[in-house]
Formats: sequence, C-alpha cells, structure tokens
Amino acid sequence: MGLIARQVEADGIPTLSMSSALSITRAVNPPRAAFLDYPLGHTAGKPRDVVLQREIVAAALAAVEELDRPGAVKILPWRWSDDDEWKREAMLGGDARTERSAEPVYQSETDRRLAQDRGGCPTCVFL
Amino acid sequence: MGTRRPPVDHIVRTRDLYSSLGHEPYRWVHHGTPPPWTRLARPLRECRVGLVASGGVYRAGQIAFHHRDDVSLRVIDSSVPAAELRTSHFAYDRTDARIDPNVVFPVDPLRSLATAGVIGDVSPRAYAFMGGIYSARRVRETLAPEISRRLAADQVDLALLVPV
Repeated sequence: MGLIARQVEADGIPTLSMSSALSITRAVNPPRAAFLDYPLGHTAGKPRDVVLQREIVAAALAAVEELDRPGAVKILPWRWSDDDEWKREAMLGGDARTERSAEPVYQSETDRRLAQDRGGCPTCVFL
Repeated sequence: MGTRRPPVDHIVRTRDLYSSLGHEPYRWVHHGTPPPWTRLARPLRECRVGLVASGGVYRAGQIAFHHRDDVSLRVIDSSVPAAELRTSHFAYDRTDARIDPNVVFPVDPLRSLATAGVIGDVSPRAYAFMGGIYSARRVRETLAPEISRRLAADQVDLALLVPV
C-alpha cells in the first residue's frame, strides 16, 4: 500500500494510511500514517464495536490536519487489551496462510455460484 | 494494566514465516527518501474521502481474488451494506473481518462521519485489492496508477488507505 500512497499523493491527492504494522509503515514510508497497535486483520478496529470503529477512523482522519511533515506517523492511543499477551503469540506466528491458488478463492460456495451465475463482473478491473 | 510490549515487528515475523514455509522472502519496498506531499485543499469537514483497502475485500456477486500475485481491483459502491462484503486473502486471520468487514474496510464509520459532518462526503466508489503482491514493479506500473486515476476521476479530496 505504501507504493500506492506515494503515487496518489504525487498525483495531487493527499493520503492518510492507516496501519497496524509499524515496522512496515516505517519501511515503506507513506506521506502520512496513523498507527493502531492491534493484531493484523483489525486495521480499523474491533468487530461490531461501532463506537470504537468510528473513533478510530475519526482520529486517523484528523491526523491529516495535524501532521505537517512528510512521513510522519500519528500513534493512536487504543490498546487491543489491558495486557499485550497477544503480541507474544503474534510473534511466534501460527500460520493463518492458505494454499496459494491462481483460481478465485471465495468466502463461500454461495458466493462462487452468485459470481458464476452473473456471467461477468463489470466492477472487477483486471490489470 | 499488564505488561506493555513494543509493536510486533511484522517484517521479521513474515521473513521467518516465509522461510520456514520454503517461500521466497517477501520484500517490502524501503523508501529512504521523503515521501511526496500534497496539502489538503479544504478543511476535513468539506472533504470527499475515498476509501482504498487491501484486505482482499469483494462484494457478493463479484469475482473473488486469487492468491497468486493478484493485482486486480474491485470497485465497490460506498453505499454497500456491510453484510454484502466478503474477504479473500491468504495472509491474515479473516475471522473478525468476516464477522464485521468494517475492521478492514471501514465503510460504516465513514458514512457515519459524513452524516455527522466530520467529513464532507464519502466518495461513491471504494476500491479494494489484495495486498501481499510480490512484484513491486507490477504494483508501481499497473495497480498504483490505476487507483490514482480513478480517485482523481471521482474528485476525491483525501484518500483513506487501509492496508492489512
């Protein structure tokens, strides 16, 4: 996403990159970022916590008016839990990866049938 | 409050994991040079915000992503009910994203912030793709310019980028 942030910004549209991986964000160095110290897969909050999600996205967007140095990162204040035990597990890294297939991988069989029955996807852009 | 630990180093973690699985090492692009910078043209409360997310989100009825360097894009109406959003991705735990796609594709929070006047409006189209693409060249030459062109055509004032 860092490459995309730089391209969009260079083309004249300001960007705000959310992040839950600080080391990656520092490496790819996007124009502006807001870091949320949550496990991967929760870049914008916790499931079904509508109030929290809204606060997180609002705080991230507010960074656009606060950060004034290219490459700056706003650290958001929320913690995933009162202890950081989840990080120990994340570092040990159970593997959530699935087999790499060149066929579309649907969330469900129903989705596959739905897409196939439509016989085309005008909102899919293949590059 | 329990022990505080520093943020997880996902670069180290992914390198170790890929080598243990016999995959080639994934290389994030390292930019030592300062990034480009464009000033916000108007206050946030007047901005049209465009959502771009890399968590492998598609809408039911669209073709899902494949998991071998897929550089394709899904255009999703930002009026989409969250219940019609799906995820297809090889590299993160999708459990919570499948319970509530807003955790990787925050379309409900954006709509709510627009209603409250915190932002101007939500751009009518959001863009979703699948990250973890090995070829930085393909991202640079195809995906990045395509997304940038589309955001410009949508007259977006601010792009909210949500990687996983």
